[in-house]
Amino acid sequence: MLTLNINGRPHPVEAEPATPLLYALRDEIGLNGAKFGCGLGQCGACTVLLDDRPVLSCITPIAVTQGRQITTLEGLGGIDNPGAVQRAFIAEQAAQCGFCIAGMIMRAEGLLRRNTQPSEQEIRTHMSANLCRCGTHMRILAAVRRAAQAVRSAKVDAQPTQDARR
Amino acid sequence: MRLRRALLGVFGVVLLGAVGVIFMSRHPALPAIAPPSAAGFDRVLIAKGAELALIGNCNVCHSKQDGAPYAGGRPLKTPFGTIYATNITPDSDTGIGSWSEAAFLRAMREGVRRDGAHLYPAFPYDHFTKASVGDLRAIYAFLMTREPVRAQTPNNELPFPWSERALIAGWKLLYFKAGELKPDPALSAELNRGAYLVEGLAHCGACHTPRNPLGAEANDRYLGGGEIDGWHAPALNGASPAPVPWTSEQLFSYLRTGFVPAHGVAAGPMQPVANNLGTVAEQDVKAIAAYIGAMLGPATANRRQAAGAPTAQATPRASVGNTKSEGGADGAVIYAGACALCHEPTGQAFSAHGIALTASKVVAMPDARNLSRVILEGIDPPNASPAALMPGFGAALTDSQIAALMAYLRRSFSDQPAWSGLENTVREARQSAREP
Repeated sequence: MLTLNINGRPHPVEAEPATPLLYALRDEIGLNGAKFGCGLGQCGACTVLLDDRPVLSCITPIAVTQGRQITTLEGLGGIDNPGAVQRAFIAEQAAQCGFCIAGMIMRAEGLLRRNTQPSEQEIRTHMSANLCRCGTHMRILAAVRRAAQAVRSAKVDAQPTQDARR
Repeated sequence: MRLRRALLGVFGVVLLGAVGVIFMSRHPALPAIAPPSAAGFDRVLIAKGAELALIGNCNVCHSKQDGAPYAGGRPLKTPFGTIYATNITPDSDTGIGSWSEAAFLRAMREGVRRDGAHLYPAFPYDHFTKASVGDLRAIYAFLMTREPVRAQTPNNELPFPWSERALIAGWKLLYFKAGELKPDPALSAELNRGAYLVEGLAHCGACHTPRNPLGAEANDRYLGGGEIDGWHAPALNGASPAPVPWTSEQLFSYLRTGFVPAHGVAAGPMQPVANNLGTVAEQDVKAIAAYIGAMLGPATANRRQAAGAPTAQATPRASVGNTKSEGGADGAVIYAGACALCHEPTGQAFSAHGIALTASKVVAMPDARNLSRVILEGIDPPNASPAALMPGFGAALTDSQIAALMAYLRRSFSDQPAWSGLENTVREARQSAREP
């Protein structure tokens, strides 16, 4: 039996080691944020973070996640306490049908955890792994820019606290 | 061995320096001109130059990532240091706007800058010298009618003595032979055209021929497999590692579209080449394919046998028992959960149609770097066949997991001997791989 570390909590699962992480998340653990889109790593709807970097959970066997941190959409915040990237996607009304949005948010989160000042080109290159078939790309890009701004402001606000702690 | 190499290196430098000093280390500067007006060039000549520039892959080296085409700035890592490709737009200050046609022809045919200094052979004038004056004039017309872009080329990062351009004079005496390639009356018109393009403008050997310690192509191993940008450029002669023997028809299709089902997708530095060749005259790509096909020669019995039945279902040949690496990662499990969905026939209506890995070039190559790069960064679909992409697994898999997977693939899908030091290979590849 393998144990997955998801959103900071251990989750024992019975699935075989080669089982895609997406199936374990949805079928066994009941975390439905990540979506099944193509099942072939082509669309990005299943994106989650593994050690802070975006991965396609439909083609990531759970065996390779041992001892590593998995973050899903649920780990960023919920309806009552959405995270910075989720708030930005709501503010820009970036979802149309919404099926791709969970993956989009996770892909954007992965970028902003590494780089809080991405250029327009960096945002576009990074987000290009995820598809949206409704055509809300411009709103999604606006949401990522807004989220980057929010993350930067939050960092500036947090600065004095961090300094005070030292 | 290392000492011998070092001694050889020192000897080489002294020799080059001496020879360079004795003979001319500099050519006369050619006068600067005012950038010629675009209207002064013949449209047909410009169009011809556009095609030849694509065959010559000028855009690939002379444009940096997300930079303006032909504005230079792309770092070229060589064993001697990093050389930056120059700005070849007609900007007067930072490009070649002040270059006369004579200066351009001299650079292409003799490897000399307008101001008379020698050019590093990272700029493959050892190949371009074989092009005809008419073709080079067309390329000049094409380049001088591009939008001028102001972009200063960064200084090369070459340690002494390689920073001394006078050394290049000695290098040229030893390894450089100027002159246009004349047709061989014994060959067909198509093969002659292929030879002219492959050995000249297309400069295939610049990547696919191994280089000697002083960076010159080893002519006795012409197209015998070289390297570029941390990728192995496989042999295009009888030493080809391809598990499935290539035909000229397959080569044509591969060069034209970047994909042929029997061999897979053009990846890494080969993909921009295929993207360029997808837009030039078909008969030129056919000629290149015919010539390379002739270099590869007919498939030997050994290679045919090694190929086995590549189109059959990719059944792992190794027993699944012995797949654990030292790090405890299980290559067979990773293959089953990450690769098999696309690379094995699953019977699903929608499939990404990954090739059977028994036909994969990168699994059968002597060099493990290409497979590690493909797993780390994936493969974008080529321009001409925008089908499924292979996603990169650099974030999903650790170095030891990728090493275990590679060992499993090598054992299961090729008859080649195991690679050694895989985890190091992956760690190094990760330094230069792009983020998936």
